[in-house]
Amino acid sequence: MTDSEIVIVGAGQAGYQLAGALRDAGHRGQLVLIGDEAELPYQRPPLSKAFLSGAIGAEALTFQQPVHFESKGIDLRIGTRAERLDRVGRRLILADGSDIGYDKLVLATGAANRVLPGSEGIDGVHSIRTIADARAIRERLERSRNAVVIGGGFLGLEFAAVAREWGLAVSIVEAGPRLMGRAISQPMAEAFRAHHVALGSQLFLQAKVRRLIAEAGEISAVELEDEILLPADLVVVGIGVEPHVALARDAGIDCDNGIVVDDRLATSDPSIFALGDCAVFPSRFALQPSRLESIQNAMDQARHLAAVLTGKPAAYDAVPWFWSDQGGAKLQIAGLAQGTDREVLRGDVSGMKFSVFCYRGDRLVAVESANRPADHMAARRLLTAGLSPTPEQAADPGFDLKSLFAAAQPAA
Amino acid sequence: MKITVDMDKCIGAGLCVVAAPQVFAQNDDDGLVIVLNENPPADQHEAVREAARLCPALVIHLQDDND
Ligand SMILES: Cc1cc2nc3c(=O)[nH]c(=O)nc-3n(C[C@H](O)[C@H](O)[C@H](O)COP(=O)(O)OP(=O)(O)OC[C@H]3O[C@@H](n4cnc5c(N)ncnc54)[C@H](O)[C@@H]3O)c2cc1C
Ligand code: SF4
Repeated sequence: MTDSEIVIVGAGQAGYQLAGALRDAGHRGQLVLIGDEAELPYQRPPLSKAFLSGAIGAEALTFQQPVHFESKGIDLRIGTRAERLDRVGRRLILADGSDIGYDKLVLATGAANRVLPGSEGIDGVHSIRTIADARAIRERLERSRNAVVIGGGFLGLEFAAVAREWGLAVSIVEAGPRLMGRAISQPMAEAFRAHHVALGSQLFLQAKVRRLIAEAGEISAVELEDEILLPADLVVVGIGVEPHVALARDAGIDCDNGIVVDDRLATSDPSIFALGDCAVFPSRFALQPSRLESIQNAMDQARHLAAVLTGKPAAYDAVPWFWSDQGGAKLQIAGLAQGTDREVLRGDVSGMKFSVFCYRGDRLVAVESANRPADHMAARRLLTAGLSPTPEQAADPGFDLKSLFAAAQPAA
Repeated sequence: MKITVDMDKCIGAGLCVVAAPQVFAQNDDDGLVIVLNENPPADQHEAVREAARLCPALVIHLQDDND
């Protein structure tokens, strides 16, 4: 099994990590890593943070130079698109018509940002997924005055904070009643709303975009449904992503808002696996099979799949966690706040150093922390161990969360 | 080589510890990075560079001296 030929499609966070982890786990066979971007594999998180702010250049994002891949025996082919899958012949067909045979195929194809209808072809309307996207925005930041962010999710808000640093007037337009609505609790969303107002952004909640107005092909304003007109020379759209499923779907592999996998990350074809942003997987931390978009998810799944593919199968069971950096405020989330019915605050809310403990019944399912890394770390361990502090304990800043681990240890 | 870290940005991913366990550790309480050796010996330099590149929050900064 360790001598088989493994082909990975997608040289992003998950594909890169998986290739290295497979070699570390002892895979000796052929290992091909195919990516359609022009760049060597790189990190995305800084694209909307340090890279946009100008603190770092593109070279700081690259994981490794070509010599590293050569020395590990990883056949890295960038600028190469996988076009089609022949499952019967076990061949992957590339854009140039050539093909590669595989014993095991891994889809690490990630996702693409959703496009705002009516924004195609207008200069100055951007979204952030790739280095190329971030470069275009950074260049534009230097000569813009009015930025409009469409979508109050993590990416849009990180961009908004950077745009304020650059001195632009910033308006944030969100269709839902609160920021980061799909992902976080009301009290945390409210704290971040106040934070962005304090940074100087103007917020429009429950606001819908009617149309984008362009002059000679250049964005000039965003019109909202209630007639409000926001002047704009830079628009950043962050309204979610669409997973890259075409390869799998066209080959008849089960897809449902992502490529469906089991707890070993195998698709409906046992020779084909999927992980990262493109994969929908079952998890004890989620109410239904879910697709997560995070570094943790890409990395833990890569390590897990490397074990599965080198003959050490186990069920994937990592605690989801996530972070976001917005103008000096660090948000960390452990677990998934799905179907929660009780929220308990811990710490100093007005000073923006607090956590929200989210419960479903009497079970702790997620903890969101603003500038409270110790709560975050304790939460990751509590959730891993399946331990729940009582809501009273969580709310009591004098209660030591770590004492629960000691209590859970069998007496020696 | 001299290592500095930007603690405010650390998110406790712990990747640095995986890459260079002799040079980095994580604080038990908050998970934030601890630099065990700010001037690591030459045989650790490659591992430290790997740690700096893997860190998803770009916390680890390296200053090379000409040794
Ligand atoms: C701007 C930005 C900021 C982020 N910030 C954070 C953060 O603060 N914290 C956090 O936890 N997460 C963050 N994320 C999310 C994180 O980066 C992703 O979850 C992670 O990159 C997912 O890895 P992946 O390998 O699954 O997908 P990707 O990194 O998207 O990689 C997939 C790759 O596959 C390629 N590909 C697709 N189809 C084909 C094909 N047919 N042939 C060849 N190649 C193909 C794609 O072009 C892409 O290069 C951020 C994401 C972005 C975009
Ligand atoms: S990898 Fe970076 S963010 Fe993670 S613990 Fe180390 S320094 Fe902190």
